[in-house]
Amino acid sequence: MEPLMAVAIGLLYATAIFMMLRRSIVKLVIGLMLLSNAANLLIFTTAGMTRGAPPLIPEGMMLPPSGVADPLPQAVVLTAIVIAFGVLAFAVVLIRRAYEVVKADDLDKMKDTDT
Amino acid sequence: MVKSGTIILNTAARFLMPLQLMFSIFLLLRGHDEPGGGFIAGLVAAGAFTLYLFAFGVSATKEVLRMVDPRDLIGVGLLLGMISVVPAWFMGQPFLTAQWWTIPVIDFKASTPLIFDVGVYFAVLGSVTGMVMTLMEVDKDEP
Amino acid sequence: MIQFAVLMGFVLAALSPMLNHWFGQRASLVLALFPAGLAAWLALQAPEVIENGSLLLEWQWVPSLGISLTFLLDSLSLLFGLLITVMGACVLVYAGGYLKDHPDLARFHIALLAFMVSMLGLVLADGLLTLFVFWELTSITSYLLIGFNHADINARKSARQGLFVTVAGGLALMAGLVLLGIASGSWSLAEILDQEADLREHALYTPMLICLLLGAFTKSAQFPFHFWLPNAMAAPTPVSAYLHSATMVKAGIYLLARLHPELGGTAMWVGVLSVVGATTMLVGAFLAIHHTNIKKLLAYSTIMALGTLTMLLGIGTEYAMTAFVTFLLAHSLYKGALFMVAGILDHETGTKDVTQMGGLRSVMPLTATIALVAALSLAGVPPLLGFIGKELMLESVLGADSFRTLLVLFAFLASILTIAVAFIVALRPFYGKRHQTPLEPHEAPPGMLLGPALLALGSLLLGLMPAVLGADALLTATATAISGQTVEVALSLWYGINVALIMSIVSLGLGFLLFRRWDSVRGKLSVLAPVMRHGPEAGYESMMNGIVHFSEWQTRLLQNGYMRNYILVMLATLIALIGNSILLRHSPVFAVDLDVRFHEVVVAGTMVMGALFATISRSRLGAVVSVGIMGFSIALIFVLFSAPDLAITQLLVETLTVILLVLVLFRLPRFSNLSTSLERIRDGVVAAMVGILICLLIMTSWSIQQFEPISTYMIENSAPLAYGRNIVNVILVDYRALDTLGEMFVLALAAIGVIAMLKLRNNTKTTDSSKVAAKEPYDG
Repeated sequence: MEPLMAVAIGLLYATAIFMMLRRSIVKLVIGLMLLSNAANLLIFTTAGMTRGAPPLIPEGMMLPPSGVADPLPQAVVLTAIVIAFGVLAFAVVLIRRAYEVVKADDLDKMKDTDT
Repeated sequence: MVKSGTIILNTAARFLMPLQLMFSIFLLLRGHDEPGGGFIAGLVAAGAFTLYLFAFGVSATKEVLRMVDPRDLIGVGLLLGMISVVPAWFMGQPFLTAQWWTIPVIDFKASTPLIFDVGVYFAVLGSVTGMVMTLMEVDKDEP
Repeated sequence: MIQFAVLMGFVLAALSPMLNHWFGQRASLVLALFPAGLAAWLALQAPEVIENGSLLLEWQWVPSLGISLTFLLDSLSLLFGLLITVMGACVLVYAGGYLKDHPDLARFHIALLAFMVSMLGLVLADGLLTLFVFWELTSITSYLLIGFNHADINARKSARQGLFVTVAGGLALMAGLVLLGIASGSWSLAEILDQEADLREHALYTPMLICLLLGAFTKSAQFPFHFWLPNAMAAPTPVSAYLHSATMVKAGIYLLARLHPELGGTAMWVGVLSVVGATTMLVGAFLAIHHTNIKKLLAYSTIMALGTLTMLLGIGTEYAMTAFVTFLLAHSLYKGALFMVAGILDHETGTKDVTQMGGLRSVMPLTATIALVAALSLAGVPPLLGFIGKELMLESVLGADSFRTLLVLFAFLASILTIAVAFIVALRPFYGKRHQTPLEPHEAPPGMLLGPALLALGSLLLGLMPAVLGADALLTATATAISGQTVEVALSLWYGINVALIMSIVSLGLGFLLFRRWDSVRGKLSVLAPVMRHGPEAGYESMMNGIVHFSEWQTRLLQNGYMRNYILVMLATLIALIGNSILLRHSPVFAVDLDVRFHEVVVAGTMVMGALFATISRSRLGAVVSVGIMGFSIALIFVLFSAPDLAITQLLVETLTVILLVLVLFRLPRFSNLSTSLERIRDGVVAAMVGILICLLIMTSWSIQQFEPISTYMIENSAPLAYGRNIVNVILVDYRALDTLGEMFVLALAAIGVIAMLKLRNNTKTTDSSKVAAKEPYDG
């Protein structure tokens, strides 16, 4: 599955970067969302993908069945998802405020600090 | 932008919110053993409030929350997170070392990781609800 | 606990505004008790230090971490310590009169006390790094003192120049000290000086010496770094008297003297120090007679003296060591006094130009006497201490092993010029015809006379009786400490009729002649002015301008304000670095495992389609829905690949994201196509390259496993130790709880940021916006 996911994540990155390079700030937000999802998947995939063996220990046991999925990247990605949401919220509200002040959605028109 | 007040949404929200909140507490408490935990439970609870916000608007939701401002919940969450750091210190262990106590009668495992998880729950709940509520408040002010 | 007493100085500096408040103008006198007390303590240690060689005073600061503040008190640091504290007390008393009624007297006290403590720390420090820290502190406090009159652009410029030159040198010094620490294997001066191993043979000797010399030469204003010192005369005169004649500029000399027993005596040491020192000596003396500003005259003659000291350290013979300590002490005494006299003249007459003064002897007889005594010591006239110093200096130059002819010639010329300077400073303002000066002069107040009088008296007393108060014992012990071998040259006014004495007498005559013809000589020297403009200072100026131009250029180029340029630069770097290491270090042969189920391909395909459609969609709603589809597909992937917690989180967040976007994104304008098609092609190429890079990265990292995963431990101990069966949650709240705590704070900050941005706007809208709009049309 990993080669397939590698190609898929590469595509996600490509779309994210393409959107982030656009001049319209709304597209920048979309790019940001794509990027954070792609990054989460990247971390998740590089640790290896395991089918049907969640890192849970059955009741009454001390060890999980052998070959469970690696729990560490899952923990890392879990917080990353929530934080990405917080950052996204911050970004969109910031952009909304910037738009109200500058009255332009073109990043090239926002390049000076005094506008 | 967001119109509140369709009958189905109102009815659903009225019944769903208590259920969702209870479910979120269930997820929180079992999180150490089964899928769940502070982040997920906090998001579920925030989802409950968001649904209510969409159904009844900001002022009604504030009434439900009574005296509690979502921003206070953020503070409570961070405070609980910080408090869970301390007990290990009194035991002469490094900060954040987990401490476990068993409450005898109901056979409930109390621990600093649980306090910490409750902190996560409140921080996530407060942050998300606070953001959505403020956004809707501003939204209401504008045509 | 001398450390404690010294560090208390910083506390005292911080409290000095309060003292100013309580004692008013007398605060200077009260503060002077601090250095006076320290001087008394140091003087009491002298007999023991002279007898035992050195004292190590250790103060365990943080014993558990092995951090201590250790002071090394030997005769060298004792001599410097005494100079710093005695001069400090004199200068504080003097400053009380000089800066009387100055509104910023308190600020002056803070900076001066802080400097005094830093300087004491510098000469007493045993640890190399402690020494460096105090060294930098003297640079910073000196910067504050030179720029004391911060409203004056010239003072600011001079302060900055002094700071840049000495701090640049400080950087070299740090490298030198680190090399010294590595080469000797110890960070304690006492241990380095005690050890048997010869650092002169060490492979790091040459780079170490170059770095240390750069530090010492910049601090002690050696040619070609001398130019900052005359400019530092923009400081109030008490500062010039203290920092720029007696103490700070001697820090470099102190360092060289300190390290001489371990590093000195090599061909490189002798060559560099003698030649640079002699050149500095001559250049300083020569440049001095160009100037009519009394402070500049004294500053250049200080450069001369610093050059002499460096040269003597370079010569390194027994005579040179004795000459070094005698000259050092004599110079501090007379130069401090002369600077204070210069300050009195400036204060009383309102001018610093010696040609504007004359005949002041009748109105300020005490000042004139002090000036005469000090200047005669500078000129090297018996029976003053300066004479002994000069006699010994000429003697050592005549006995130098290398460059003898050059050194003798330079020393002779420099002493003629110095004698002329001494006469210009001491005779010109006080004798001859009375000139009209901007202020009506009268005798200085007693507070201002006390300091210079004490110092001049010291010159006289030590010259007549070098043995008074055991001074010669201390000087001999110091010379021994610097040399590393026992030095037994007695100080005396009379060494018999020898070459040095004859040179002295001849130079006195020629110097006096030069003084009489000074005005015409100065006129002739002005021909050289165009050449002078190309001195080292011009080099400094053009370098500073160059830095400014370079910064402007690179700011224009790199920080151009175009968001996508920043992103493109970052991505290009990423592609170049990671791509390079993937392709070169790892063979691009991947283990291809095509164990794929049909439903997985469908989910992954849906995900990619969602992302692609978000890119090409022309409407905001379309893009948001596509991103949503991608997000839910990712949740499905988490479900399929054993991550239930992630799947739930992703689903919930995805829902909330859609709500968020509905609330915000549709307040924003519609999508617009702003780029040209050429830009789109460029961006597409960059995006494709990043995509390929990431793809390769995943393949590479998947086929290589360098370390055992740390999660093995977490899986094994989750139930037994952490009592949790959901390992992901155990990691979050137990194993890596500190990370999670940090993430809680990030989320909370983002939320507070969002709330603040929205709420603050509301406030301005209801209260202030009408006012703002009325004041200026706010068009953004």
